[in-house]
Amino acid sequence: MGIETEYGIAEPGRPMANPMLLSSYVVAAYAGTQLHRAARARWDYDDEDPLQDARGFHLDRASAHPSVLTDDPAHPAPSGDTAPGDVPARRRPGAPQSRPRLPVEEYEDPGAANVILTNGARLYVDHAHPEYSSPEVTSPRDIVTWDKAGEEVMLRAARIVAVNPALPDVTLYKNNVDGKGATYGTHENYLVDRAVPFAEIVDVLTPFFVTRTVFTGAGRVGIGPVGQLAGFQLAQRADYIEAEVGLETTLRRPIINTRDEPHADPERWRRLHVIIGDANMLEVATFLKVGTSSLVLWLLEHRDAVPHAVAAVRSLRLVEPVGAVQLVSRDLTMTTRLALADGRRLTALEIQRCYLEAVRSGLEEAATPPDAATAEVLDRWESVLTRLATDPASCAREVEWLAKLRLLEGLRRRDHLSWDHPRLAAVDIQWSDLRPERGLYHRLLEAGAVERLVDAEAVSRAVHEPPTDTRAYFRGRALARFGAEISAASWDSLIFDVPGAATLQRVAMRDPWRGTEAHVRELLDSSGAASELLEKLMGPRGFTGAA
Amino acid sequence: MSGQQRSERHHDDDADAPEPISPPTAAQARDTEVDALLEEIDGVLESNAESFVRGFVQKGGQ
Repeated sequence: MGIETEYGIAEPGRPMANPMLLSSYVVAAYAGTQLHRAARARWDYDDEDPLQDARGFHLDRASAHPSVLTDDPAHPAPSGDTAPGDVPARRRPGAPQSRPRLPVEEYEDPGAANVILTNGARLYVDHAHPEYSSPEVTSPRDIVTWDKAGEEVMLRAARIVAVNPALPDVTLYKNNVDGKGATYGTHENYLVDRAVPFAEIVDVLTPFFVTRTVFTGAGRVGIGPVGQLAGFQLAQRADYIEAEVGLETTLRRPIINTRDEPHADPERWRRLHVIIGDANMLEVATFLKVGTSSLVLWLLEHRDAVPHAVAAVRSLRLVEPVGAVQLVSRDLTMTTRLALADGRRLTALEIQRCYLEAVRSGLEEAATPPDAATAEVLDRWESVLTRLATDPASCAREVEWLAKLRLLEGLRRRDHLSWDHPRLAAVDIQWSDLRPERGLYHRLLEAGAVERLVDAEAVSRAVHEPPTDTRAYFRGRALARFGAEISAASWDSLIFDVPGAATLQRVAMRDPWRGTEAHVRELLDSSGAASELLEKLMGPRGFTGAA
Repeated sequence: MSGQQRSERHHDDDADAPEPISPPTAAQARDTEVDALLEEIDGVLESNAESFVRGFVQKGGQ
């Protein structure tokens, strides 16, 4: 799994500054810190297909909104709020494949700024925002670590821009709304067994995503897409969710997004692309968001072994899911009852508890004792749900909307402010300012008022080093070792351009579980040059052969 | 916990309404903690909140 965030970007004092340009400064500044040539390597778009729909059809390119077309570097996708392919060839994983060299350098422009990092992440400009897409990880704690590393990457980039007298100051925010109608995303990605029917994913995950807001919401001052009503709500994104299921991500945003672009062998996996979530500064919020969602997906992947548990969550279908997104987000008491298709009326907390109990009973049903990471998620999930029902204030160190609301309510009480006072809106924005000296989340962290899950040293390491237990290890380490000879990369490929070789060599990585430290460390360490590595990959103990 | 719904409770129970309960000490301690946090952030809050908020304009994304 992984998480990708489009950061808010501003030039202080110049609201009309060109955000595409500012974003490209950020990405280019960080690219300059990367010693490897891949800092200017192209993204390999061959396997990207944002128009492939999980429901089994393919959106025609000409009928797609331009902002959805994110796979063409010569034409960066415009912002979703402005007026308005081919299915990839199947390749066998394993040995490198020859590719022709292009006679001239491909066209690059600022909107296509793109860096692949030695930690396996991608940093680029998307929709007039700088975006960090984390490397693939396998545990909720690792998500937190590499997500926080992304904040650090962005912060370092902005600092480099700041000290360059030729460039404007840039401030970055990890949030999802500007309060004037614009929203930008934080997307979770989960690798899911292709055998799970997509309709089951829709049925089981819709009520889950609608109600998990009680512990995933980042909090927002203002209600309605342009904040037309004064007040506070749990989620940043709730007012921009307009459909139950759909392919689009920049307009008519759905609860369940159907983009079916697995970045892996499509016969074995799909990538569930989740766009309903908020950007979280609080580590426990990110941990729970990704941890609980993975466990519900586990239920679906094991549905044959856990029929009772799956039946229990399938019965949670809501009568009006889209309306419920907003109901849950606007209910600070968490007591509103949602109508279920079977006639029951349950609160968001009760629905979440049904999922928790289903996962617990599913683990028993399948006779799978939870591993340490699973047990940690289950215990925290249960503890937070219990305390949200009995003593929500006790969750202010873990649940982001409560941490933010605590500050806002404090200000309201002390300074007698009504909800439409601009100071409260300013607090909401400054909450996610990445600068430790200015960001309000960071001031709380410094004061010990929010919980930290991963230590700062691990995050610093993750700025440069990839996770060890996915293909991100191969991507990141290969870039660090042989970056000078890598001309392009993507989630599931590296393209080597080795001096003297007749053609480019493309190494496909269609299995995200391959290319781990255990698989390829020896291969990488024992190769003195990229050409040697490629030779070994061609051999019998190649990339996928090494066990 | 409060939010916007704080002041709506007190009308329906009249006859044997209990004496207003003084906030539990835990809540007092929390208020004190919040006040300390507010002092901590007062120094970094944008001094001209209105123009700061007005100037925070983003393009829509995904």
